[in-house]
Amino acid sequence: MLDLLWLIPALPLAGFVIILLFGRLLGEPKAGYLATAMVAGSFVVAAGVFFDLLNNPEEERHHVQSLFSWMPVGSLKVDLAFLADPLSITMVLFVTGIGSLIHLYATGYMHGDPKFSKFFLYLNLFVFSMLMLVMGENLLVTFLGWEGVGTCSYFLISFWHTRESAATAGKKAFVTNRVGDWGVMMGMFLAFGAAGTLSYEGINHAAEEGIISGVTATAIALMLFIGACGKSAQLPLYIWLPDAMEGPTPVSALIHAATMVTAGVFLMTRVNPVIEVAYDWAPTLIAIVGVATALFAATIAVAQNDIKKVLAYSTVSQLGFMFLAVGSGAYVAAIFHMVTHAFFKALLFLGSGSVIHGMHHEQDMRKMGALRLLMPITALTFIVGWLAIAGVPPFAGFWSKDEILLYAFAKSPILYVVGMITALLTAYYMTRQVIMVFFGEARWHDQSDEHGAHGDFKPHESPATMWMPLVVLAGLSIVGGAMQLPFSKDLHFLEKWLHPVVEFGEADIKGTWAYDNKYVLLGIAIVVALSGIAASVLVHGKKKVAAIEPQVLADGWHYDSAISRFMGGPGRKSFDAVAWTDRVVVDGAVNGVGRVVRTTGSFVRRAQTGAVRNYAAGVGLGVVALLVWFFLRGVVL
Amino acid sequence: MSLFAASSPAVPFPVLTALVLVPLIGAVLTAIGSRHRPEITKLVALVSSVVTAGMSLWLLAEFDSHEGGFQLVSKHSWIDSWGIGWHLGVDGISLFLVVLTGVLFPLVIVGCDPHHDEKPYLAWLLLLEAGVMGSFLSLDLVLFFLFFEIVLVPMYFLIGGWGYDQRVYAATKFFLYTMVGSALMLVGIVTTALLARDDLGRLTFDLVEIAEGSNFAASTGRWLFFAFAIAFAVKVPLFPLHTWLPDAHTQAPTAGSVILAGVLLKLGTYGLLRFGVYLFPEAAVWSREVFLTLAVIGIIWGAIAATMQSDLKRLVAYSSVAHLGFIVLGTFAFTSEAISGGVMQMVNHGVSTGALFLLVGMIYERRHTRQISELKGLQKVAPIFAAAFMVVMLSSIGVPGLNGFVGEFLVLIGSFSTARWWVVIGATGVILAALYLLWAYQRVFHGEPDEANSSFRELRLREGAVLFPFIALIVFCGVYPKPMLDRIEPSVKSLLERVEEKTDFVVPVSDHSGHGEEGEG
Repeated sequence: MLDLLWLIPALPLAGFVIILLFGRLLGEPKAGYLATAMVAGSFVVAAGVFFDLLNNPEEERHHVQSLFSWMPVGSLKVDLAFLADPLSITMVLFVTGIGSLIHLYATGYMHGDPKFSKFFLYLNLFVFSMLMLVMGENLLVTFLGWEGVGTCSYFLISFWHTRESAATAGKKAFVTNRVGDWGVMMGMFLAFGAAGTLSYEGINHAAEEGIISGVTATAIALMLFIGACGKSAQLPLYIWLPDAMEGPTPVSALIHAATMVTAGVFLMTRVNPVIEVAYDWAPTLIAIVGVATALFAATIAVAQNDIKKVLAYSTVSQLGFMFLAVGSGAYVAAIFHMVTHAFFKALLFLGSGSVIHGMHHEQDMRKMGALRLLMPITALTFIVGWLAIAGVPPFAGFWSKDEILLYAFAKSPILYVVGMITALLTAYYMTRQVIMVFFGEARWHDQSDEHGAHGDFKPHESPATMWMPLVVLAGLSIVGGAMQLPFSKDLHFLEKWLHPVVEFGEADIKGTWAYDNKYVLLGIAIVVALSGIAASVLVHGKKKVAAIEPQVLADGWHYDSAISRFMGGPGRKSFDAVAWTDRVVVDGAVNGVGRVVRTTGSFVRRAQTGAVRNYAAGVGLGVVALLVWFFLRGVVL
Repeated sequence: MSLFAASSPAVPFPVLTALVLVPLIGAVLTAIGSRHRPEITKLVALVSSVVTAGMSLWLLAEFDSHEGGFQLVSKHSWIDSWGIGWHLGVDGISLFLVVLTGVLFPLVIVGCDPHHDEKPYLAWLLLLEAGVMGSFLSLDLVLFFLFFEIVLVPMYFLIGGWGYDQRVYAATKFFLYTMVGSALMLVGIVTTALLARDDLGRLTFDLVEIAEGSNFAASTGRWLFFAFAIAFAVKVPLFPLHTWLPDAHTQAPTAGSVILAGVLLKLGTYGLLRFGVYLFPEAAVWSREVFLTLAVIGIIWGAIAATMQSDLKRLVAYSSVAHLGFIVLGTFAFTSEAISGGVMQMVNHGVSTGALFLLVGMIYERRHTRQISELKGLQKVAPIFAAAFMVVMLSSIGVPGLNGFVGEFLVLIGSFSTARWWVVIGATGVILAALYLLWAYQRVFHGEPDEANSSFRELRLREGAVLFPFIALIVFCGVYPKPMLDRIEPSVKSLLERVEEKTDFVVPVSDHSGHGEEGEG
């Protein structure tokens, strides 16, 4: 199967091309089924590749397939090449696996949309780009995918482009990501300068051999991290992700929760040897940014009333955990959490989509409540997702979050404490959400008049194409933790699998206090999760305690609005100033010269319009005459 | 430096001469054709431009990709006593510009409607093509100057005759501005030849002979270089000499804008390489920081100015200032990757900006306005048109997988080793490019169309047929640029070898890639 590696991205690309050419002909639902089948096909091939790699001895789990030479100039030799190794195949498996589930879900969710086939066109292109990103053998192929997913994200966020807010959100996502892309480019240039290649193997090898070290390694790591901050929505570049919820909900699940936003974590893991040889403060900075983002976003999530906004800030927060892991040298834990998060966050988003679908496009949780009675499958699966993200054992999120916090403790107890506070908040706001949506009294009856346009308003369960993926993801969210259980070395399946990729960068925490007392930390994690849930039940369920939801949290600490104000105010004014200078000063000088010439000499006056015309004609005729003469001479000679 | 020595086997068909002559003859035939049979005039124009395009493609096939010197050379003496000759040649630097010129003109003739006086319009267009072809192919300073000047004339009349409201102002400004630059160049050419006579023992205007045989003192070379460079800097246009461009672009008819952006601006960047760096390497290296700085200012300045434009066509014009800045940055970085990327970018910019001007022209044809504020929601009423615009726009933004990325990326990564801080600043231009284009796209295509825009017509078959080659090139060159780079690189390499030989500039060679077969030879 290894030789069929190219087929993995080729299938969704084929889906894209077919829908591009025949999308209207296929229509609903065939276009959706085709797109789903393509991604599922990729998953099957990826599974084959996975088993092939698994059968190889550990040091041979590395296969490069080069399609063609992409940009060969000078010393730059970049191939369009794919790399199959434990990291990329792990990514491919969950991208295509979850991707096909979400595709299937979308065939139900997008039912009746006039642009049904176009939606799947973009979706397949997205999966193709995402696969290029994770399968790239070098930074440039990854960058192709990196920008590709960004572009698809732009298409899909502004999918309902007649809505002004959707159009603006799409643009904001693209431009903010471009700020990060600048960092990726700088990282690439530095790496190329230092290692003479863009291939991961070459760059990582150079780091391991000491060819890249110190200031260069630090610069490369931080520049790539800027890119990661853009793509993975970390401080200070996270602002686009909450707005990205303007896109259809399957998009939020696929792109803005499960796959694309984890690209930054993937990239960091890919170049872990470079981060390892960078100055110590570089990974520390990454850890601090991660944990700060995690806490910051969690505080905002506490006060959101839009069902998707809660999940969006929660995603930002969980991605922060992954960067905390990266900064702590816990690459396995980062990937572990990335995968479990993909399970439960995709589940939660799709669940919220099911709710929105059932509620006739109502997203305000204050107008929901008691939906468990009418949407039992959605409610049950959502509850599984909630327990997984809240960190309740034995659900998947518990194990991966705990592993991150273990490494964080080994790096610095402060990181651990902040992480724990975030975990507490996470349990709290997710419980709040579950209660507001599925429990309590039904608040949507009150709104039935306002929904007069929809006729008699009654939430309903979603069709099978939508709830089946929910069930599968719920199952994965329950058992996903089995990939990597802390009890015995033999249960560290993921660690053993990823070992060849991360062995250089992975921190060794054996012998630290945290490692020796990991069961104490497990206990603390359980207590914290349950306290968060209990507090939320008291506040939102039993209403025993008034909720503390200051406006400043609902407004996201005013961070986003401050940036908007700056862009609309001084930012715009300075741009205007440049345009004014260009028109009045630079061009003014040119016209000024013209005016001076015109007013000083009377003979120059004739050089104005009419005379220029004559002059031009003169030049033209003269040149033609010369040429004709020349040819006559040439022919004669 | 035998690579540059013009010694070519007898070519059975003088294709380069034909590339200049066929459009010239077409222009004459069109001009003298009957006013009452417009369809014949149009046919003549079309045939001559298609034949030229065919020959340029044939040239592409004939071109030897392993050869860095001038190929298919056509050399005849003209005025022996002054050493002026008909000397044409093509190398990897000019090859794709010639092909682009050849392909662009028939598309423009088919795709743009002058609305009145078609006969002179077509004649001017063909004369323009002959001039541009001649400029890219000339290896004689006087011959080059003649073609370089001849280009101004049809362009002046195209803007002045078929342009929009302020066409006369724009045409005059264009003409006078570039004339001032050219005047300096003429002085430079004559002086160069006279000074080179001392080294060569005879008077000649032959580019190759002067470059190979002359040995200017540093200060002399610098003066001469600047005489050339200013003319080219105006043409590029390099900040702060760029303000004629927005006016000319905006007021020109669509065909004029497409040609102007597509190939005319490249006369400047091409000239800087061919007559700047090649002829005066010492001066080019000596002044590189000035050019790098102006290039980077142009990238940022053009992008910011583009963001604030209210006229869609003006916005695209300012984006050209930014894009051309990348090319100049690459030129003066003096590495193989950067200059090759710059040459690639010349072609890519021609394709994508040319297509953008076509699309803006189509919008104007439908709505009779280019004001962004008067357009709205076009994607809803014309999704295919919007999709075409989107692809071209993404190419202009520099999204990988499309052609715009390849040139920009190569320029930046190649310049990073010799012009690091300029790259750090210049690369922020890619952020701004996304900003101004996406913002404009949102205002024009997104949203709910109002009454005036709700009857916007979808892309027509003919328009689609004209746009298709552009989009095909955008995708092809982005996915598989290797054939282009293979042909560009040998010439860039020999240019750089010359720079290294004549100056103490050392082109950095990556010493890590041990398996590279072409070390320093």
